[in-house]
Amino acid sequence: MSEIEKRCQNFLSVLRHCQLLGMSVEHADEKGLVLRLPYSEAIIGNPVTGVVHGGAITTLMDTCCGISTVCFLPEFEICPTLDLRIDYMHPAEPGKDIFGFAECYRLSPTVIFTRGIAYQDDRNEPIAHVVGTFMRMGKPASDGTLARSIDGGAV
Amino acid sequence: MTERSTDIEQLMRQGHDTGDYAPLIEAIPYARMIGLELKHLGEEVIFHLPISKDNIGNPVLPALHGGVIAGFMEQSAMLHLMIAMNSSAFPKIIDFSIDYLRAGLFKDTYATCQVWRQGRRVGNVAITAWQTRSSEPIATARAHFKLG
Repeated sequence: MSEIEKRCQNFLSVLRHCQLLGMSVEHADEKGLVLRLPYSEAIIGNPVTGVVHGGAITTLMDTCCGISTVCFLPEFEICPTLDLRIDYMHPAEPGKDIFGFAECYRLSPTVIFTRGIAYQDDRNEPIAHVVGTFMRMGKPASDGTLARSIDGGAV
Repeated sequence: MTERSTDIEQLMRQGHDTGDYAPLIEAIPYARMIGLELKHLGEEVIFHLPISKDNIGNPVLPALHGGVIAGFMEQSAMLHLMIAMNSSAFPKIIDFSIDYLRAGLFKDTYATCQVWRQGRRVGNVAITAWQTRSSEPIATARAHFKLG
């Protein structure tokens, strides 16, 4: 496992709700991050069709965009979400896992612009397109608990 | 499938008749998982997300996961539309946009919805979520749904 993958993994592992959903790091490098959201009964939004709730996809993509900052920043920084927009191309197919890909396409000193897609079988046929903006709060100063658990004490 | 949709119709009708939508919410797995509740204030509807450790994202603050806040608001908008339209069909999400205004702390969260436009095919809903007071929202969101 690469250093970037390890840091993304560490980040994901501290997010309790993501653990509840069973999310995992599929791939991470300096070009972006892929997360996996397994299909489960608990995240169904429409009990008639079995289609996954938009909220679970938003959670996947908020997490994916947020953690993708790790792929582009040399050290962990706290980056709260400023805003997030999701456009649904078509509903997710029931019974299948959902993947999220995200990348940062502009890093300014105060803001990070990210974009991504959610997909199932084919990355060229996304179920959703996403853009998200994140604040750069800088490196954690006094309380570096989160940074330590993510960068593994390397800093 | 047909049997299930009849069940949902029945739960919706029951909600409209009695004002108790808890059995309908119970039938939606995602809403049940995050623990969403619906309350009436006169004729107004207010959505409530009681604290639950499973909804935490950042463990240090601790703060609710932004995705859970968004999911709570999207589900609130859906139910609000269904109640407003007296419909048992689930509106389908077209797009969803959320602005995070304050950290969503590990506290009870509330949401209210406003239907700005309900056409024949598309509905536009604004959602506001807060914790301490409604004048200090933690997030505002806007969603489009395909109706019918």
